[in-house]
Amino acid sequence: MAQPTVAAPDLAARFPEMVTPDTRKGYSGYIVKAEALLDFAKALKEEFGYDYLSSVTGVDYLPQGLMEVVYHAYKITGGPPLVFKVQVPRDNPVVPSVTSIWPGANFQEREAWDLLGIRFEGHPNLKRILLWEGFWGHPLRKDWREPYYEGEHKPFKSRTAGPHFWHEDHNPFGKNVDYPPGFDPYTWEPETADQILYESVIQRTRKPEQEELHSEQVVVNLGPQHPSTHGVFRMIATLDGETVVALEPVMGYLHRNHEKIGERNTWIMNIPYTDRLDYITAMSNNFGYVLAVEKLMGLEPPERAQYLRVIMAELTRIVNHLWAIGFLLNDLGAFFTPALYAIEERELILDVFEAASGSRMMNNYMRFGGVVRDIPEDAWDMLVKLVHDRLPRKIDELDRFLTHNELIKSRTQGVGVLTPEQAIALSTSGPVLRASGVPYDVRRAEPYGIYDRFDFDVAVRYHGDVYDRYLIRLDEARQSLRILQQAVRDIPERGAPILAGKPQYQVRVPAGEAYGRVEGPKGELGFYVVSTGKANPWRYHVRAPSFINLTALEAMSIGNKVADLVVILGSIDIVLGEVDR
Amino acid sequence: MKRPSRDELQKPGYEIPDELKGSVVVTTLNRLYNWGRRNSVWPMMFGLACCAIEMIATAASRYDLARFGMEVMRPSPRQSDVMIVSGTVTKRMAPLIVRLYNQMPMPKYVIAMGACASGGGPFKEGYNVVSGVDKLIPVDVYIPGCPPTPEALLFGLMKLQQKIERQSFKEVYTKPDYIPEPVLGPDLMDPRDYPKIREYTQKKLQELQQQAAQAAQG
Repeated sequence: MAQPTVAAPDLAARFPEMVTPDTRKGYSGYIVKAEALLDFAKALKEEFGYDYLSSVTGVDYLPQGLMEVVYHAYKITGGPPLVFKVQVPRDNPVVPSVTSIWPGANFQEREAWDLLGIRFEGHPNLKRILLWEGFWGHPLRKDWREPYYEGEHKPFKSRTAGPHFWHEDHNPFGKNVDYPPGFDPYTWEPETADQILYESVIQRTRKPEQEELHSEQVVVNLGPQHPSTHGVFRMIATLDGETVVALEPVMGYLHRNHEKIGERNTWIMNIPYTDRLDYITAMSNNFGYVLAVEKLMGLEPPERAQYLRVIMAELTRIVNHLWAIGFLLNDLGAFFTPALYAIEERELILDVFEAASGSRMMNNYMRFGGVVRDIPEDAWDMLVKLVHDRLPRKIDELDRFLTHNELIKSRTQGVGVLTPEQAIALSTSGPVLRASGVPYDVRRAEPYGIYDRFDFDVAVRYHGDVYDRYLIRLDEARQSLRILQQAVRDIPERGAPILAGKPQYQVRVPAGEAYGRVEGPKGELGFYVVSTGKANPWRYHVRAPSFINLTALEAMSIGNKVADLVVILGSIDIVLGEVDR
Repeated sequence: MKRPSRDELQKPGYEIPDELKGSVVVTTLNRLYNWGRRNSVWPMMFGLACCAIEMIATAASRYDLARFGMEVMRPSPRQSDVMIVSGTVTKRMAPLIVRLYNQMPMPKYVIAMGACASGGGPFKEGYNVVSGVDKLIPVDVYIPGCPPTPEALLFGLMKLQQKIERQSFKEVYTKPDYIPEPVLGPDLMDPRDYPKIREYTQKKLQELQQQAAQAAQG
């Protein structure tokens, strides 16, 4: 299945000499000259209607001496992406920032600066995002080597043939560390990074009249060890009295180097790593990755596998939404009781996952061209009962307990409002986008797998506050049940093939690029992969919905009370494994 | 110190009056103390990564951590006895983990939950990953698994209870109470390693200069 590119045909003609079609084999889209990028982007947004910038990332083409920035833009009314790229020399990569046109590019550009060292001119806040200020080098560059470096590509000899060794024994410090030549630790000032951070937050909102009145704004730090930040997430809020006037999310405390490790891995070795991105929704992460690679390989999974994938992905969505609702209530102060209701159902669904894949959480279930195992018969019976009886009942129960609760209403209605314009501009996706009144769902906008066969509604709510973000999760869980009921009814008989071709450990992936995206429970989960025809990906990038949804956190929080911050964060429903990767 | 056996404790070697039999229990102070400690081990509410989800599942109704007196998750390190390091320890988080450990009151225990906390796990070769939390703080129990199932976590917690039960007063406070916090430099730096780091970086610089000089000559 080739990536469809039905871009406006006159783009190259409209910007002669500045925009050329990308003619490399396996690639698509346009290559834009850096100096014309802003004009091009403005025209795309205003004339051609590509108002939603999904993904910005960089690729280091070391042999060609190029650094490439890849953009994927969409129309919010649906349809395929418009891919465009900017190529700059590797030794001085400077690209104009598109944050003035699509503010949602903010964090993604910072990430590309952090990991690849691409400088975005005009970016309002170009700091490192996943690593700390002062880190040595830009790790995703192809010539950057980690302290435990053993080879460019796995499988490493020391793991298979031998001689086997511990990496610790080969490091002078016995740890995973390395230092630049000539560095003197005694002259290092460790406090500067935090001071810069606090100063920059307070500078943004300081008003001249406050100096005269001798009143000052207070900077409050929440996290990273905080009972309600859903992991190791940190927020720095500036308060005027109790009201939030500015907020800066700080992340990277769980940055586990998925992308660097992913480039060392073989294609198939990355599937279990995707489980650990958003560890509550492992199945749908698998789905996104195999979809991207299947696009490159031109594989089409058999019918039963398609249904199994949909079933697993929708069950995952229910797990995630129940979990999100339970923990949103946790954040509201209803400590743990609603979460216990949610976890009870989650355990039942995990039983099905465990029976099918062998693991409760890290399922590692999908393969290129299908799924790895069929679901056992007794687990199937469990699943059918769950889908038709237990889950609908339990979702109604949650609805009955929570939706009209006076306390919940007064704490959540009108809190953390995100307007539809902001939601689109800030590139939010998933429930956050749809709760703001934008009915955009990848399953409808650009159907993948067999989602075009099912009858379901795209849930949408219009207030854009925390209450609507809670309601939309209930709605979506109900829609997922509808899909599940149809899938359970229509799935081909047991015994039908579940994998296209033979199971193999080493797959051949033709050279080219692909962007596979699914509607994950948290939002649009995309995988951008570049293959050079070798056994390993050249680039493996994750467009993580939780990460990009956080761009909207400041817009949601400003003007609210500090006590509501945790609730607003809870309503975005982030998972740090995916935010930091 | 030889620990008295249960049988020995039943026969203390002196006569207990009849009217007090059944209402007096003779034991050692160690046993009494540890009996109390082992049955109310309060974990710190502290999740790092995927394993934290299984930790929450363990605290929920199906696995019910409360059976072991451990359901009281304290959000503050000052009130907790055991730190369950549930997930990948990154370099960026390392100073904070050591700080949290330092803030816990003695006696304190650490459980390394899962492959990452025990030795780096699947992310070991990552540039931002500490290969095991025992590189930073002393660990009492390691639980394998990625992530460990709730049953495995419960087993690990039971092992910790056994360990607590066997300890004597003298041992309890011998663990290091304070560990210097690592510093985020160009890479993670342990302040105790500073001389070594300087030696290493100077050597590297000299090698580079020599190479440059050779290249200039040849």
